[in-house]
Amino acid sequence: MGTKKKTVYDDCISKGVSRRDFLKFCTTMGALLGLEASGVAQVVKALEKKSRLPIIWLHLQECTCCSESFIRTSHPILADLIFDQISLDYTETLMAPAGFQAEKSMHDTMQQYKGEYILMIEGSIPLENEAYCCIGGRSAKQILEEAAEGAKAIVAWGNCASSGCVQAAYPNPTKATPVHRVIKGKTVMNVQGCPPIAEVMAGIIVHLLTFNRIPQLDRLGRPKVFYSRRVHDTCYRRANFDAGLFVESFDDENAKRGYCLYKMGCKGPSTYNACGIIKWNEGTSFPIQSGHPCIGCSEDGFWDRTPFYKRQATINAFGVEATADEIGLALGVATTGALAAHAVATNIRKRRLINNESSEEEGTDH
Amino acid sequence: MTKRIVVDPITRIEGHLRIEAEIENGIIKDAFSSGTMVRGIETIVRDRDPRDVWAFVGRICGVCTSTHSLCSVRAVEDAIDTVVPPNAEMVRNIMANVLFMHDHVVHFYHLHAFDWVDVVSALKADPAAASVAAAKLSDWPKSSTGYFKAIQDRVGKFVDSGQLGIFANGYWGHPAYKLTPEQNLIAVAHYLEALEWQKEIVKVHAVFGGKNPHPNYVVGGMPCSINLEEPNAINAERLAFVKKKLIEAKTFIDQVYVPDLLMIADVYKDDWAKIGGGVSNYLAFGDFPIGNYGETETYKMPRGIILDRDLSKVHPVDANSPEEIKEYIYHSWYKYSKGNSEGLHPFEGETELNYTGPKPPYDFLDINDKYSWIKTPRWKEQPMEVGPLARMLVAYAAGKQPQKDLIDSVLKELNLPADALFSTLGRTAARGLESKLCADWALEFFDRLMDNLQGDSRMFEPEKWKETQWPDKCQGVGLTEAPRGALAHFAVIEKSRIKNYQMVVPTTWNASPRDEKGVLSAYESALIGTPVHDANIPLEILRTIHSFDPCLACAVHLYDESGKYVHALDTF
Repeated sequence: MGTKKKTVYDDCISKGVSRRDFLKFCTTMGALLGLEASGVAQVVKALEKKSRLPIIWLHLQECTCCSESFIRTSHPILADLIFDQISLDYTETLMAPAGFQAEKSMHDTMQQYKGEYILMIEGSIPLENEAYCCIGGRSAKQILEEAAEGAKAIVAWGNCASSGCVQAAYPNPTKATPVHRVIKGKTVMNVQGCPPIAEVMAGIIVHLLTFNRIPQLDRLGRPKVFYSRRVHDTCYRRANFDAGLFVESFDDENAKRGYCLYKMGCKGPSTYNACGIIKWNEGTSFPIQSGHPCIGCSEDGFWDRTPFYKRQATINAFGVEATADEIGLALGVATTGALAAHAVATNIRKRRLINNESSEEEGTDH
Repeated sequence: MTKRIVVDPITRIEGHLRIEAEIENGIIKDAFSSGTMVRGIETIVRDRDPRDVWAFVGRICGVCTSTHSLCSVRAVEDAIDTVVPPNAEMVRNIMANVLFMHDHVVHFYHLHAFDWVDVVSALKADPAAASVAAAKLSDWPKSSTGYFKAIQDRVGKFVDSGQLGIFANGYWGHPAYKLTPEQNLIAVAHYLEALEWQKEIVKVHAVFGGKNPHPNYVVGGMPCSINLEEPNAINAERLAFVKKKLIEAKTFIDQVYVPDLLMIADVYKDDWAKIGGGVSNYLAFGDFPIGNYGETETYKMPRGIILDRDLSKVHPVDANSPEEIKEYIYHSWYKYSKGNSEGLHPFEGETELNYTGPKPPYDFLDINDKYSWIKTPRWKEQPMEVGPLARMLVAYAAGKQPQKDLIDSVLKELNLPADALFSTLGRTAARGLESKLCADWALEFFDRLMDNLQGDSRMFEPEKWKETQWPDKCQGVGLTEAPRGALAHFAVIEKSRIKNYQMVVPTTWNASPRDEKGVLSAYESALIGTPVHDANIPLEILRTIHSFDPCLACAVHLYDESGKYVHALDTF
């Protein structure tokens, strides 16, 4: 990445490839492209000059929502990313070749850009039996371990790759496992969410490209740039929470006024994500704005913090200054007393309301 | 001489699909379709709150996102016996039509187009000639010489960089590519435009569902309150935004997608309207009610079955009947308590894992034994194709006007007989024509929503929301059409919890392995007889498989923890 990045030519020379062989390689590549002989010179020139950041994007146990989100990015738009900034060398969703030729694309990048390519993973890895996810006759684990070895950085897209997501929910029948538990000794960026917001995904790539380093991560491996604020603290309905104005039922009079969805089970108070700030689909809306409580999809194990529509009996008392690091893995298990203290700090009417309900049992199923 | 080839991964699809094919003298003699990934969603939703399940099963697929959520809330609503308000029904219709438009356009340009379009050939095009050709195709304003020159320069620069990204190792130059360089350039330009377009149309999902992929649904209605007097709710400004997006979508489909489809169909029709037909039965559950979900006679897409390509009769289908839909596991990695040959209706379905395939890494599957994670569903013992072609054929046979008129006019324009529909190209064409109808329907449903808002702003039916209002035991079926075909969810609720949950999904019908009698399902059957120019670059296989728009994450969701749990829905 950046100005110091080796070109393909540099890489070849440093590996002991002669210029003659390099030119032969360019000619072959030109022939593969159906280029006239005159076009080969352009290939030579380009490879000697600059290269786009190569990316291998794996699809393991997933639903492809991360890829679908990614293609919706508005700044930069996908076409600009893949034409001008990155080289998306392997992604089963979009790549032209299939089968043997697809595998060749991956291996070409792993060899030509060893130590240079970024590995991005969508999906979890089944460890109960490796045969539960096979591609080209090889298991997800085998493919991931091989691709991780020469990767310069590893990005785990979405809740599947970061936490195992829905298939890891109780009883996790396939033993779906996140990337960071399979790949040891390498930093894995967990870009959380089901899926992550499109512009967050693009933003991570732009960060890598522009600043030539990975962004700071919290203790759960999430980039602080997008995951250091609670949805609750950045929610435009927060004033209603502070004023004790709550929706009691979907589409009731309070829902029609856009009051706070906390009592409908909103997980905004324990969810770190950028939904309230960046919003979804180029800032069109986010779940709360469209009347549905946050289900906490950027958090580890959120599928088992159910039922979704049960008011969280416990929320953290931390204010806007708290970060995910401070609260860390204790999310969602703070005491009810802490909630009451938070309520005092806001207003008395709400404290009464919450105290009345704090005797309800904790809304966790599994 | 017979040669066995493997195409794995099949790319430009959702999920993990493997095709093994036997080729003799350049013709496919036999083919085996295998789903190679499982997650086990049905086991995971057991014992959960039925109101939560839409979110879990929605995550089965992020490509046909929202369709499983819709099917799930319908199944639960059927079980607890509630009917959603008209506004919610119209919003669900609008969202489903938006999904169809998005999914079909992305499929055509970003998943299927490289099977027909040679990107490298576009570099040889004359931009001025491309401009003339494009202007003849439609009124789409982006068709100047300068526009096509700029696209060509961009692609040229990209190719010159030597880093070909997603285009590397494609089948460029394969003799089966038949478009002119100018036609290829037009298609490449529209590939890029469609990328921009698709991120706009899904904003409709964001307005009503808060986000896309995976917008929110609610049992009993929709979560998005409408209040025409409130800045914090869906009001006239938000609704105007939705309408604008729907009009933009229609414009693109009418002026870009459909003309490009016809351009490609005209070039390839001599070969590809004759092969790839596969099984001769077609199933559609239908969808898009003008009234409510239970009023099937008001559906824009009718429900029914076509047998043996006989378009003179539509047979009824009853998803509840234990005699009609059954799933078999003879060639699938599962075990049934009554043996390998049994077929079970989803209400009595069993899901016991039984992986007997080779240990990875492997070269070939044992196609004489079990070879897929996909079960084999049958309707009255017969294989069915589902998807856009099935829907259009059922509508055609049922005499539904917009579908019939559209199909007839396109057949006439391309100078093709009705038999041409039963082919790889027929499937691809049906998808495009259906998109055109969805664009119209979305606007019609929007107008119906506006009309209804004159006197009724309800978006949610609260009566049955509380579990205290439910019977101790109940069960329901949710039916819909996913972009890829007929979808059914079966929910059994006991003591306010999910007792059992089963799904029979489109790609299960299409991609399943053959049954015990050796009768092939849709993918395998459609590949037989396909010529393959070069077994090492099996472009022809991709054409037919992609014409189905495979979605494998949907098809292989069944599996349980220890392989011992057995779903037994015999409590009723």
